[in-house]
Amino acid sequence: MSKVPVSYKRTDLQSDQEVKWCPGCGDYTILASVQSFMAEMGISKEKIVFVSGIGCAARFPYYMNTYGLHTIHGRAPAVATGVTVSNPDLSVWVVSGDGDALSIGGNHLIHALRKNVNIKILMFNNQIYGLTKGQYSPTSEEGKKTKSSPFGSVELPFNPMSIALGAEASFVARSVDMDRELTAQVLQEASTHNGSAFVEIYQNCNVFNDKAFEQLTSKEGRVANRINLVHGEKVIFGAEDEFAVTIENGEAKVVKRTDIDDSKIYVHDITRENPSVAFSLSRLSHGPYGPTPMGVFRKVQRETYNDDVINQINFAKDSKGAGDVDKLIRSLGTWNVD
Amino acid sequence: MEEPTLATDKKTVESIPAITIRFAGDSGDGMQLIGTRFTDTSALFGNDLATLPSFPAEIRAPQGTIAGVSSFQVQIADFDILTPGDNPEVLVAMNPAALKAHLHDLAPNGMLILNEDAFEEKNITKAGYKLDPRESGELDGYRVFEVPMEKLTKEALKDSEIKGRAVLRSKNMIALGLISWVFNRPLEDTVNWINKKFEKLPEVADANIKTLKTGYNFGITVEAFHHTYVVDKAKLPAGEYTNINGNIGLSWGLVAAAKLSELELFYGSYPITPASDILHELSKHKNFDVITFQAEDEIAAAAATVGASFTGKLAVTGTSGPGLALKSETISLALSAELPMVIVNVQRGGPSTGLPTKPEQSDLLFALYGRHGESPLPVLASRSPSHAFYTAIEASRIALKYMTPVILLSDNYVATGSEPWLLPDYKDLPSLSNNLTTKLNSKDGFLPFHRDMTTFARPWATPGTPGLEHRIGGLEKEEGTGNVSYDSDNHQYMTDMRAWKIANIANDIEPLELNGDEKADTLVLGWGSTYGGITQAVNRLNEKGVKVASAHLTFINPFPDNLGEILSSFKTVIIPELNTGQLIKLIRERFLIDAKGINKVAGVPFTAQELADKIEEKINE
Ligand SMILES: Cc1ncc(C[n+]2csc(CCOP(=O)(O)OP(=O)(O)O)c2C)c(N)n1
Ligand code: SF4
Ligand SMILES: [Mg+2]
Repeated sequence: MSKVPVSYKRTDLQSDQEVKWCPGCGDYTILASVQSFMAEMGISKEKIVFVSGIGCAARFPYYMNTYGLHTIHGRAPAVATGVTVSNPDLSVWVVSGDGDALSIGGNHLIHALRKNVNIKILMFNNQIYGLTKGQYSPTSEEGKKTKSSPFGSVELPFNPMSIALGAEASFVARSVDMDRELTAQVLQEASTHNGSAFVEIYQNCNVFNDKAFEQLTSKEGRVANRINLVHGEKVIFGAEDEFAVTIENGEAKVVKRTDIDDSKIYVHDITRENPSVAFSLSRLSHGPYGPTPMGVFRKVQRETYNDDVINQINFAKDSKGAGDVDKLIRSLGTWNVD
Repeated sequence: MEEPTLATDKKTVESIPAITIRFAGDSGDGMQLIGTRFTDTSALFGNDLATLPSFPAEIRAPQGTIAGVSSFQVQIADFDILTPGDNPEVLVAMNPAALKAHLHDLAPNGMLILNEDAFEEKNITKAGYKLDPRESGELDGYRVFEVPMEKLTKEALKDSEIKGRAVLRSKNMIALGLISWVFNRPLEDTVNWINKKFEKLPEVADANIKTLKTGYNFGITVEAFHHTYVVDKAKLPAGEYTNINGNIGLSWGLVAAAKLSELELFYGSYPITPASDILHELSKHKNFDVITFQAEDEIAAAAATVGASFTGKLAVTGTSGPGLALKSETISLALSAELPMVIVNVQRGGPSTGLPTKPEQSDLLFALYGRHGESPLPVLASRSPSHAFYTAIEASRIALKYMTPVILLSDNYVATGSEPWLLPDYKDLPSLSNNLTTKLNSKDGFLPFHRDMTTFARPWATPGTPGLEHRIGGLEKEEGTGNVSYDSDNHQYMTDMRAWKIANIANDIEPLELNGDEKADTLVLGWGSTYGGITQAVNRLNEKGVKVASAHLTFINPFPDNLGEILSSFKTVIIPELNTGQLIKLIRERFLIDAKGINKVAGVPFTAQELADKIEEKINE
C-alpha cells in the first residue's frame, strides 16, 4: 500500500448524498467513526474503494466521498477481490450486513478470508434483516420472534468470530457502534494489516431489533460484560476488574480473580499463529449476551492472495519476457502454404 | 529384440482427395491422444482438416462398456473442408464396445481396424453383443483388418524397462503407427512429440516410440494391407497455418484483445466442462499480465469480474450453461452499472447437468433473455475454432466501446474440435478503443452517467484516478449524475436508453454475407457451430443443381442491419439449429416470416449430408 501523507477533514469524506437510514440507526454512528478514521488514515481518497452488497448497511458506499460500488446481495467480498487483485494499490473496504455476509454471501466471505485477499470486511451485525423489514437473520438469537418467525426462530445462530477464525482469517476483530473509540482503534489495526480483515460491528437497528446489544452498551452492561482484548495485556474485566479470562487445556474460561493466582490470567496475544486460543475466546459468548470479548482477536501475517498473484505475474514476465501475441499464436507449431 | 527400424517398402499407393477416420476405444485407451497426433501430423503435412472429439462425461467409465467409449474423428483433405466429415471411411475400434458404439456410422465398404486381442468373450458380452460380431456376419460389407495390438505391444516391449500392466498403455501407438502407414504419414513429428512429452521418463518415451514403429511395420509386413493412401496437401490460401481448437482460439483472442486495447486481462471462472480449458490456457499466460481467478463458484467468478471491470481491466468470465445460470444476477448488475465485461458461455447439452461433453445450441434464448428486468445485451457466437479467436476480440471491442456486458457463445463442438487457421499478423488486428477517462466531464464534478452521444457509452473512471471519485451500483441511476433515482420518468428513460444503446450497435457490426446461389428462393440461416455443416451442405446442393443460399449470423443481438433485407429477398427461410428452435423464434417474431426449422438435440453436430438431405426435403415440401 503506497502511502502519501494526506489528511482530510471528516467532511471531505462525506459524499453529497443525503444519508437515508432511519433516524437513530446505529449505521450513522459507524459512518461517522469510519469517516473520522479515514480522514486520518493517511490514504488519499481516490485510492479508497467501498464495495457493498445489499441491505441497509450496504448503502454505506453512497455516503463516502471515495470510489464506491454497491453491488448485489452477498457478493461484495467477491467483487472486492476483483477490485483488489486488479489494482493492489487500492485500499478496499467491504461493508456488509449479517444477512449479506453470513447468509447469502457466506461462501464468498469464507473464501475471501481463506485466500487472505487484501480487503477489509466490515460486517454491521444488527441480528436482523433490516432492509427487508425485520426477518430473523443467521445471527438472531434462538427463539427470536420476527415477522417470519412468529413462534420464535428455531435456528442456532452463527458465531461470526468463530466463523472467521475457522475460515483461516488472518485478522479478526469486534466492535460496537456506540464505542467510537474502539471502532477507530480496530479500523486502524485493520487498515495496517496486509491481508484480509474481518471486523464485526454490533449495530443497533432501532426499528426492527432495538436494544439487541444492551448488555454491552447500557451503563451497567458496558462495564460488567465487555471483555476488552488488548494485545500484550492480561484479560481482566468487570466493574471492579474482578473477573479474568484463563486458558485451560486450550479452553477460555471466565473466572473470578479471587479464585486464581494472577499469573494464570491469559495475556492476550493477537499474533499467535495457531488460531485455537482466539477461537476459544470467541466461544466465551455466542452473541452479545453476558461477558463478551471485544477488540482484536487475531492479527497474523501470512502471504496475501494479491501479493502472490502479482509475484507469479512478475516471475512469468521475468522468466519468459513480456507476452508477444505473434509468438503465442505460433506456439503450437505452424506450417506454410505457398 | 532389435529396436524396430522403419521399413520403407511401399505397396500400391492410391491418391485420394479426402478421408475421414475415427479412432474409438475405452476412455483410458488414449484415443484423443492418437487422434490429435494424427491430426497434427496431417496439419504439418499441409492437409486441410477438421476434428470432432467425443468423450464420456465420466473420467473413467467402467472399462469395456459402451458408456466408457471415447472417440476422435478427423477428416483430412486436399481441398478446403468445413466439417470433420460425415460417416467415417475408416474406423479403428480398440474393443467390442467401441465397435458396437460406432459401427453404425462407418461408411459402406469402410475400413475397419480391430484390436483383435480385446475380442474376448468377457468384453464381447460387456459390450452387449450376444455373438462375437466378427462371426455373426454383421461386419459383412466392410473391409475388416484384425490386428493383435496387445500381442504386438508386448512383443515390442519385452525387453523394455516398462513391465506388467503398464506395457499395454502403449497399445494405442500400434493403432497410430498402423494408420500412419496406411495413410503415408511420416512418424518423425510424433517421435519428436513423444520425446518432448516424456523428456523426464525416457523409458516411457522409448516404449511409445517402439510400439509406434511396430504398428507402422505391421502394415508393411502383413499381406492384408496391399494398399496405402495419400491425401495431398490442400490448396489453401498461402500463408502460415496452425491447428487450433475453439477453446484455445478463444483464449488467444482474449489475450490479443487485451493487448489491442492496451488493458490487462482478468479472467474469472469456476471449472466446468467444456469451458475449463479456457481457464487452463489463460492461466499459462501470466507474462501477458493475465490474471486468472479461480473463484469459489460462478457467482463469485462473475462478481470478481465486475470488480475487475470497475477497476479498469478487460474483464472476462467464462463458463458453460449451469454456470451461466448462476451468473445471471451479476450480469444484470454489470448491465445496470454499464460496466464492460465479456461473458463466455461454452454451451453443452442441457437442461441441468445434461450432457456435459456434448454440443448443443440450447442456451441462445437464455443468453438473450436469461436475466431479470429489461436487460438487453449483445450476444454473438463463434462458428469455428479460428472464428473463436476473432469473436473474442469482437466481443471485447463491443464491451469496451459501448460499456456493456457482452455474451459470447461457443459450444462443445467449436471448443474441442480443431481446424487449420491461417494466422494473422498481430499488427493487422484492429486496435480497440475504450471509454477510460481521467478528466472531469462537467463543472459540477464528475458525472459517471454522462454519455457519449454517438455510442451512448458512459465514461469509465477507475479507482485511483484523483478527482473522479464516484459511487455506482445496481439501483436505478439518474442519467448524468449516476445518483440513485426512483424517479419514474428517469427509469423509463434509462430503460429505453439501455435498449437503444444495444440496438445502435447494429450499425457497427459486419453486415451479413451470402454464400451459395444468391438468386435462389431458399435461404438457410444459421448461427454458431452449425456453420461448417450448413455451408458444406449448401455447397453440395448447389453442385447438384439445387438452388439454395446460406448466411451465418455472428451477432444474434443486435442482428446485423441488412438481415431484414436479405430475408425479404428469399421466399423460404430454413433455420437449422442444435436445439428445438430458438433462433427461429427470434426471426419469426422480429421479421414476421414463416421460417422453417431443422432441429436436432442428439448430442452430436449435424453432418453435412444430413443437412443437405433435410434442406432438400424442405425445399421440395
Ligand atoms: C438476491 C436477493 N435476495 C434477496 C434480496 C432481499 N434482501 C435485501 S437486503 C436483505 C437482507 C439484509 O439483511 P442484512 O444483510 O443483515 O442487512 P441490514 O439491512 O440488516 O443492514 C434481503 C434478504 C435481495 N436484494 N437480493
Ligand atoms: S431498518 Fe434498522 S438497520 Fe435499517 S436503517 Fe432502519 S434502523 Fe437502520
Ligand atoms: Mg442485518
